[in-house]
Amino acid sequence: MDPRLAGIERRLAEVRRVIAVTGGKGGIGKSSVASILALVLAERGLRVGLLDLDVTAPTDHIILGADDSVPTEEFGLQPPQVHGIRFMSVSQFLGHEPAPLRGTDVTNVILELLAVTCWGTLDVLVIDMPPGLGDASLDVVRLLRRAEYLVVAGRSRVVVETVRRMLHFLSDLRVPICGVVENMAREPGAVVEALARQYAVPYLGALPFDPHLEDAHGRAAHIGRTAIAVALRGMRDQLFPHSAGGQHPAP
Amino acid sequence: MHEFALAQAVVDAALQTADQAGIRRIVRITVRIGELQQIERDCFAFALNEVLPTTEPRLVDVAIAIETEAARFRCRPCAHAFALPDVQPLEGDSEAEAIHFIPELAHAFIRCPRCQSPDFEVLAGRGVILQSLEGDQ
Repeated sequence: MDPRLAGIERRLAEVRRVIAVTGGKGGIGKSSVASILALVLAERGLRVGLLDLDVTAPTDHIILGADDSVPTEEFGLQPPQVHGIRFMSVSQFLGHEPAPLRGTDVTNVILELLAVTCWGTLDVLVIDMPPGLGDASLDVVRLLRRAEYLVVAGRSRVVVETVRRMLHFLSDLRVPICGVVENMAREPGAVVEALARQYAVPYLGALPFDPHLEDAHGRAAHIGRTAIAVALRGMRDQLFPHSAGGQHPAP
Repeated sequence: MHEFALAQAVVDAALQTADQAGIRRIVRITVRIGELQQIERDCFAFALNEVLPTTEPRLVDVAIAIETEAARFRCRPCAHAFALPDVQPLEGDSEAEAIHFIPELAHAFIRCPRCQSPDFEVLAGRGVILQSLEGDQ
């Protein structure tokens, strides 16, 4: 028997919510949304963890400027604090080496990280998901039964096609979808909102395309001033209605 | 020591397995440690002993056996079968540590000795498993 399956629950026992940031397509901005959402939730005073599960292409450490962060060993792996976020990523072990992994290997990486990472008490663990409906998505559904899904979408028909499949998949499984956001929005439009309505899930709004985002990567203070951070702050109270005013949610 | 977390997982898994099998008293647990993860047997035995709950009635008489399993690999592109001593030594402590924490990161640091591919299958000896559990119902 694989003991890690039994160990996961204990590691997440004091984590109140798990929000998996997902979407159908690569390049849609899941990592930006996950990382910046973690930052704006932490600045509100919430205890936040961020787990980059895009294990073959991790990038959250670049967005956060966390290249040098490493976990410490104490009972398990203790995630380092990065701008007030407890952060875990395979990048902390890989450096810049490529990790070519097949599906079963991806599953093993996810199991291992979940079984040995000591998150402690968190109000929310944000998970940056890899694109699509592959092993990682199936594993998060299987292993983290109480995860809620934040779906990142865009109005391109190419994106809508894949996001529709993701919403269909999540809806069929009856897992909670805490919202759909439109990313890289250049002008007002109703395509993504209509998609959310079709699946009866909350439409949280649009995150505007920000030409300054690239320059802000790696600098948390600059990230906090980007249009996407400003917009995510506006969605914060919808995602955490009890945290308004900097209070921790009641136990 | 991150071995404590894995040891705790072994104990949790043993108790779950006992519950499912209707076992009221576990008498023996056999744990198998894979060579790839480079966990020291004594270190893991210490961790298991430390996390074993002393007040858990199902575990009061348990004996713990730890076996080790050699790592065996097979390259997918060239079908070459190889073992850990056959591969190039790792370049530094950080590479060994990465594999110690997440054995699949071997695919970043180990290559098939024949064709240099990172696309190999770990046939045996990956990490920690609960090999068997014996007890009384």
